Amino acid sequence: MSEAYGVVLFFTTSSAIRGEKVAKRQGLRVKLIPTPRQLSSDCGMALRFAWRDADDVRRCLEEAGVENDGLHRI
Amino acid sequence: MATYLERFGGNPGRSGHRLSVAAGRAVYEARETVAEFFGAPDPLRVIFTPNATYAINLALRGLLGPGDRVVTSSVEHNSVMRPLRALEKEGVDVVVARCDAAAALDPAELARAVTPGTKLVVLTHASNVTGTILPVAEAAEIARRAGALFLLDAAQTAGYLPIDVARMGIDLLAFTGHKALQGPSGTGGLILGQEVEAEALRPLCHGGTGSASESEEQPAVLPDKYEAGTLNAVGLAGLRAGIEHLTTVGLEAVRGREEALAEALREGLADVADVALYGPAEAARRTPVVSIGLPGRRLADVALRLDEEYGVLARVGLQCAPACHRTLGTFPEGTIRLSPGLNTTREEIDHTVAAIREIASA
Repeated sequence: MSEAYGVVLFFTTSSAIRGEKVAKRQGLRVKLIPTPRQLSSDCGMALRFAWRDADDVRRCLEEAGVENDGLHRI
Repeated sequence: MATYLERFGGNPGRSGHRLSVAAGRAVYEARETVAEFFGAPDPLRVIFTPNATYAINLALRGLLGPGDRVVTSSVEHNSVMRPLRALEKEGVDVVVARCDAAAALDPAELARAVTPGTKLVVLTHASNVTGTILPVAEAAEIARRAGALFLLDAAQTAGYLPIDVARMGIDLLAFTGHKALQGPSGTGGLILGQEVEAEALRPLCHGGTGSASESEEQPAVLPDKYEAGTLNAVGLAGLRAGIEHLTTVGLEAVRGREEALAEALREGLADVADVALYGPAEAARRTPVVSIGLPGRRLADVALRLDEEYGVLARVGLQCAPACHRTLGTFPEGTIRLSPGLNTTREEIDHTVAAIREIASA
């Protein structure tokens, strides 16, 4: 069975990069990918993570004050 | 910059592929480096622009409209004066506080000009002609008391004098990368302090940002609201490297070294008959630029001889600051400006003094 993933959407590239940095510093396995079309028509990037890490990802973004447009399961 | 060109080369934030992400990271790292260096409240409050002039225009045009009152000094560079004179024609009330003959600004003079209801106070941190440092701490306090925002043009001082946006009460800081920050040309920015609401600052340029692409309106979020169009990512990688180098050397060491060179230059030139020196006598009141005059000589000819016969490269004339030269009494002839930098040697200073002595005595 393939692993379930989620993505964090951001309003700006700067926030996406910042989110990646913050999550990696916490040892979370994340990757910046093109935003999935079903979630947004945006041409920007989103941060992919394993869905089982959702709580940790949410917490570390919140603690660092990284503005985002929510976590979405894909 | 070489790493960027060889290995990344992508467009920051325009896609999710690895080169675009790498470019986005390079820009973001530069944003963090700049934010930390200037004590910015948040890296996303660092707006990158092609130079200080663009940053100043963004601040002035973004904040001021007909009926608004703005106060500046009489030693400003044209990067401040020209946008202000253009805004004046559109109904902005522009007030100029007089500086003295050494280009120094008396805080009391500024306080008199900054009446309640003033929207903005804009000052250069130091004169680009004489190096005279303006009273930033006092100006920030005067602006705050009048309910005005304070914009500082740090083109002459960023990378030489310590600047902390939060601690010094600076609401907007305009800087350029290509001077003391040791970065390449085509880099600069505007830092927004915590007091500045993005709603109150109109963008100067609209266009693609890689974000909110579904909308034909400019996004309202920082920094994208003010960063339409592809950024100079390779230049910003260089700006970051420049600031890191500066931080390694240490601002205090840079200042100690350059101040000593400027002092040696001034002392040497003070002994040369006919040479007029401008700016305050005390070194601590100046950045390391030395402006001189030679009464009765055509300065452009002197500068050409310095270049062709002695290999000394100087900026001659009005240095884009006619207001400052009117204040000094050196308009329209201007001055010859010599600026020791991070890599200038003591031998080069002695050589310069000897060259000017020869030309002056001929």
